[in-house]
Amino acid sequence: MTTTNRIERHHYDVVVIGAGGAGLRAAIEARLAGKKTAIISKSLFGKAHTVMAEGGAAAAMGNVNSRDNWQVHFRDTMRGGKFLNNFRMAELHAKESPQRIWELETYGALFDRTKDGKISQRNFGGHEYPRLAHVGDRTGLELIRTLQQKIVSLQQEDKANLGSYDARIKVFAETTITELLLDGDKVAGAFGYYRESGEFVLFEAPAVVLATGGVGRSYKVTSNSWEYTGDGHALALRAGATLINMEFLQFHPTGMVWPPSVKGILVTESVRGDGGVLKNSEGKRFMFDYVPDVFRKQYADNEAEADRWYKDPDNNRRPPELLPRDEVARAINSEVKAGRGTPAGGVYLDIASRLPADEIRRRLPSMYHQFKELADVDITKEPMEVGPTCHYVMGGVEVDPDSGAAFGSVRGLFAAGEVSGGMHGSNRLGGNSLSDLLVFGKRSGGHAASYLDQLPARPKVSMEALEAAVETALAPLQRDTGENPYHLQQDLQAVMGDLVGIIRREGELADALGRLAELRERVAKVSAAGGRRYNPGWHLALDLRNMLVVSECTAKAALERQESRGGHTREDFPAMDPKWRRVNLVCSLEGDAVRLAHKPLPRMRPELIGLFDRAELGKYLTDEELADFDALVSDADAEEAGN
Amino acid sequence: MGTKRHFRVWRGDENGGDLQDYQVEVNEGEVVLDIIHRLQATEAPDLACRWNCKAGKCGSCSMEINGMPKLGCMTRMSTFEENETVTVTPLRTFPVVRDLVTDVSFNYEKARETPAFAPPAGVAPGDYRMQQVDVERSQEFRKCIECFLCQNVCHVVRDHEENKQAFSGPRYFIRAAELDMHPLDAKTDRKEYAQSDMGLGFCNITKCCTEVCPEHIKITDNGIIPMKERVVDRRYDPLVWLGSKIFRRGQVPQTSVTSASHSGAVHSSTAKGGLHSHAGGSHDPRAEAQAQSGVNWHREVPRPTVPAVDANGRLPLTELTFDRAAAPSPFGDDVTFPLPPEHLNFAHPEQDKH
Ligand SMILES: Cc1cc2nc3c(=O)[nH]c(=O)nc-3n(C[C@H](O)[C@H](O)[C@H](O)COP(=O)(O)OP(=O)(O)OC[C@H]3O[C@@H](n4cnc5c(N)ncnc54)[C@H](O)[C@@H]3O)c2cc1C
Ligand code: SF4
Ligand code: SF4
Ligand code: FES
Repeated sequence: MTTTNRIERHHYDVVVIGAGGAGLRAAIEARLAGKKTAIISKSLFGKAHTVMAEGGAAAAMGNVNSRDNWQVHFRDTMRGGKFLNNFRMAELHAKESPQRIWELETYGALFDRTKDGKISQRNFGGHEYPRLAHVGDRTGLELIRTLQQKIVSLQQEDKANLGSYDARIKVFAETTITELLLDGDKVAGAFGYYRESGEFVLFEAPAVVLATGGVGRSYKVTSNSWEYTGDGHALALRAGATLINMEFLQFHPTGMVWPPSVKGILVTESVRGDGGVLKNSEGKRFMFDYVPDVFRKQYADNEAEADRWYKDPDNNRRPPELLPRDEVARAINSEVKAGRGTPAGGVYLDIASRLPADEIRRRLPSMYHQFKELADVDITKEPMEVGPTCHYVMGGVEVDPDSGAAFGSVRGLFAAGEVSGGMHGSNRLGGNSLSDLLVFGKRSGGHAASYLDQLPARPKVSMEALEAAVETALAPLQRDTGENPYHLQQDLQAVMGDLVGIIRREGELADALGRLAELRERVAKVSAAGGRRYNPGWHLALDLRNMLVVSECTAKAALERQESRGGHTREDFPAMDPKWRRVNLVCSLEGDAVRLAHKPLPRMRPELIGLFDRAELGKYLTDEELADFDALVSDADAEEAGN
Repeated sequence: MGTKRHFRVWRGDENGGDLQDYQVEVNEGEVVLDIIHRLQATEAPDLACRWNCKAGKCGSCSMEINGMPKLGCMTRMSTFEENETVTVTPLRTFPVVRDLVTDVSFNYEKARETPAFAPPAGVAPGDYRMQQVDVERSQEFRKCIECFLCQNVCHVVRDHEENKQAFSGPRYFIRAAELDMHPLDAKTDRKEYAQSDMGLGFCNITKCCTEVCPEHIKITDNGIIPMKERVVDRRYDPLVWLGSKIFRRGQVPQTSVTSASHSGAVHSSTAKGGLHSHAGGSHDPRAEAQAQSGVNWHREVPRPTVPAVDANGRLPLTELTFDRAAAPSPFGDDVTFPLPPEHLNFAHPEQDKH
């Protein structure tokens, strides 16, 4: 076929798909390991989702409260994820985040400071101590800009030494990868198109790092951008990798609900961390009614104590507004359902009556700005109206915790950031994502480089696979009888939002699977008007099949898991079930169909499980596991007595 | 539901295009980007437009709305009259790719040329100590979302394609300023570099960039002017400055001699605002409008700046290459005499005092 001959080809050692925090950190590491690296991104360089993160990056540096350390952070992460986390990832994350944050300062980052000149840290839901390194409420911007500028500085080094900025690391902006190409079970390359010209491009590379972020575009009310169509999840599935925890989606409790056009846009948790409180239409601070038993010890049950906590956190329990996100989202949902919501269908988030106006403007400049310009609300005078919005997917590519290498049948594929699964268990703590990107971005970039070193020969891209990829990509343009991709997207969003949303029921989930199957047939026939140059309709048509397969994974896993935990709430199984804690649901593709398997969770190492008290573990573990724990403790006691 | 409004959207590509008319539904609370999305979902599925966050955080959705460079996602429809036609066009300064999408690679090239942060030697990661007050000045510039609206509006490149090579633009002047003010940056010649390699001298402080910045960064007052000031201290004396150019561009000994012997005098003359004819006018539309209405006694005139030099450190023109047989007019070629009365403006010699 002649078309494939004319396709632009590039040869790289490591191709990183995604230019958010995870992708950029991975690329830096691969380049530092001496590999020729390409970074690919659907939007312009520096615009990836990471730019939107507001609150901060969690790292137990202990700058504000010196009692903080990695063990405490590890405990908080496991607790937040309801013990479903891959413990090894949570451990590595807690241990390595401080170094990753400090490293950013050597790249030029300027975090807010404490009085003694260290990086300042703020409180956030689920974190026992102030732990989030931040810059006002634009931490993600600082993070991505810093990494972007570090890449520029590496390019400047290469220009000085090798004569070209692009000698060893190059950014392909506005380029979408639609297919990974394999040689047997090994990754051989990535195929995609330039958005600007619509021309195809092939990257031949033995190692690919996926850092494509999340899936939120399948929901109507979401804080996520058009990029979040689950491309990485779908690419991994099609290449033979597996996904875990896909039933767990985080609905952020506070998205804007008015005006309708901005519905879903995030109101940062820092508003609550800095003193903001949630009230229903009766003016009641309702969160006190929603503290679950597992959290009673850490959260206040009266306003006086909660308010004292801001000044004296060591002697008071924290306000319930700072419970993990799943709890707060559910609480808001119940209040609204009970008819105590605001006119626009949310609840009130009030900071105006809690802090002086100047202080609000200083601490939350971009929230002030956002409400002023988008909703015409002055948050120093009036409360905000907020409600839950689809925010983050905990599920993702099943990876080896140390190297980020994807499980399943494929080799040479790595994943980091939101697209990978396991780290956050059933629910992510705010601020743990930004540090996750850095820790596992670095690891996967480094391991992709060393994978190359032990590879005997470069895998080859097969012509047939390439031709098939071209054909699939062109198909929507060549059909003119199919449906408009925007309508299909709306229908998909309706199915997911209505039937696989915050609160799930068996019948609805089964119904959703039926509707997704119908949609799959319609998506297979989608047609896009116009030509190949910067045609968003065509781009969406291609993204749809990814959104669809990922949505199927979510719906299937949600139907299977008969309990409520973290980002998965079943009305028909409202309690957490210790038996289900021992199970990960693993999705893979068999031909076209999504297959679901049960897989036991890895067992926590003794010194890690020993960090928790028995009373707490009692809420999560089965009796059998508790018996093991008791045996472990008595062994340790015996040993100590023996010493 | 909503009302129908009249939109004109530029459609086309590098070969040309034109404004197309649409009647679109507009609902309460919507922004211009919502309307673009509605067009995509209905009449014009292939209408090209960039966006990501819809919350003014990513700087993707830059466009010109009724001629004003703006973020589509932050421009509320309620700011227009009910029966007003809303005209949406791509950024004018950058080549069109298609419809509202322009080729902004100019900015990424300039970003790549701006020297990166130089970490202080011997300070280990984790040992960086800085005070909040000291980082705040740089933090203001780090708010930049790279929407490139300032780059788009700056007349130095907006009206003069040929300046693109030598001029980095306001976004990168504040990048240089940010690093210059970074408490721990180890490079000490940020200002000189901005002057010699980034074309800071082209900027005549019209402040158009500050006016359009959606992050409200005081690009000129807090970034460009402080960068110029010290450079001006050291360098402003066209003759000596040119002398130094003749030997070798940016050679430090020469310029520091200048600063040692002249800085006092030079500084006082700049502080008074100098007597600068400023032919060609400010590109500030308001100043222009004032000028139309007669003599403006309070007009602020941009500081004098060093001559604009090309990539070789020379003035772009010499008598030999000029298309006329004499020296060019010192007042600018677009100025004819006698001057029309509305161009007679008075710059108060003590404009800095208030
Ligand atoms: C509004 C908001 C606020 C948040 N606040 C916080 C916070 O305070 N703290 C915190 O820790 N986390 C926060 N998060 C979560 C966090 O920002 C994200 O989880 C994180 O940034 C994801 O980073 P990433 O590197 O995995 O992917 P992203 O930054 O999303 O980058 C994905 C990249 O992949 C590219 N890509 C995707 N598909 C393709 C393809 N097919 N071909 C080529 N390229 C592709 C995209 O173009 C993009 O460059 C927030 C999220 C949102 C939405
Ligand atoms: S002040 Fe005017 S000339 Fe100077 S950079 Fe800004 S827009 Fe350009
Ligand atoms: S300085 Fe302001 S206008 Fe210029 S790119 Fe940055 S945010 Fe945009
Ligand atoms: S879409 Fe991000 S700034 Fe407008």
